[in-house]
Amino acid sequence: MKLSILAILLGTAFVSSPALAADNPGTGILKAQCISCHAIAKPENASLDRLWERKGPDLYYAGSKFNKPWLVKWLQEPARIRPAGELYTRHVKGSDKEDVVDESTLTAHVKLSKADAEAVADVLMALSGPADLVSKGAFKGDKVSMSMGAMFFNKLRGCAACHQAKPGTGGSSGPELYTAGERLQADYIYSYIKNPQAIDPHIWMPTLNLAEPDLQRLTGYILQLSASEGK
Amino acid sequence: MKMNFRQRMPALLQAGLLVASGFLFSMPASADEPYTQNALRNYNTYCVQCHGINRNGKGINSRDMSVQPRDHSDAKGMGDIPNEEIFHVIKDGGLAGNKSVLMPAWGNVMNDDEIKELGAYLRFVCKCGSGQ
Repeated sequence: MKLSILAILLGTAFVSSPALAADNPGTGILKAQCISCHAIAKPENASLDRLWERKGPDLYYAGSKFNKPWLVKWLQEPARIRPAGELYTRHVKGSDKEDVVDESTLTAHVKLSKADAEAVADVLMALSGPADLVSKGAFKGDKVSMSMGAMFFNKLRGCAACHQAKPGTGGSSGPELYTAGERLQADYIYSYIKNPQAIDPHIWMPTLNLAEPDLQRLTGYILQLSASEGK
Repeated sequence: MKMNFRQRMPALLQAGLLVASGFLFSMPASADEPYTQNALRNYNTYCVQCHGINRNGKGINSRDMSVQPRDHSDAKGMGDIPNEEIFHVIKDGGLAGNKSVLMPAWGNVMNDDEIKELGAYLRFVCKCGSGQ
């Protein structure tokens, strides 16, 4: 019952969303294959319960979040970004040692052809979300020392507790960050670290209350990681 | 001081009323579960990633952590921590309480009432009293 109401709401939002071009084949693909797991319009009720109900990250601000070339590539070869899926609690189980990912509960992401991936990426990039979601121009673009960045990421702020800066090392409840620079826009990374809940209400990433130089350093480090670790 | 039965009854009743009124305000799941469903939901959203699905400090993230998360099922370890300290560390993070930086501050994610409810849930998990 709840799900059908959600589907109707999503459907209505879809129809009334001005950003979706009716003449783009990506719109049809999005409607047929994406909206059962991803919200493409801002949900009216952004409660914690809703976070538990959703099956994948929200896409209504995809155009302010992703880099288009990455989207086109990933939609053709979708590799898992969140090692423990979403929401991680539903996909972990106890073991003799630490908790492990219960692979049997995770499903593979839809895979698209090149033409379809390009069409869908076009439509997604038009979904910019609320104007104040991302601080445009916030990241100043300074180069960061990778050793300083790593110390900050691993030791001083403990980001590695939840995120992997290189494949297989670090935490699993957050998205991997070794492809984040390729995947995400710099200002999105900055804005998300600054206040994760402002972008994704109730998300399980803490707000670290970082000072401006630290936000710049961390954003720069994550962007550069993609070049050094993601290949 | 040895109290007779008559003297003890009012004290017991008083304690019972105190506990009962605490229950009323925090709306427990049932009489057997002295915590709120909201606290359970918050634990499963924010704490399980490090403190584990079995609340034993063996969360999915713990494998590579330099300081291991606290075992919330450890009655002795948890019993030694007063409620104020539990509240403070959840709200302001490990660093603020001279503990590990790997315990982040959750004060922007949960409000004070929710953090207090989470503290009560932790007392239920560790079976280590009220921390008073």
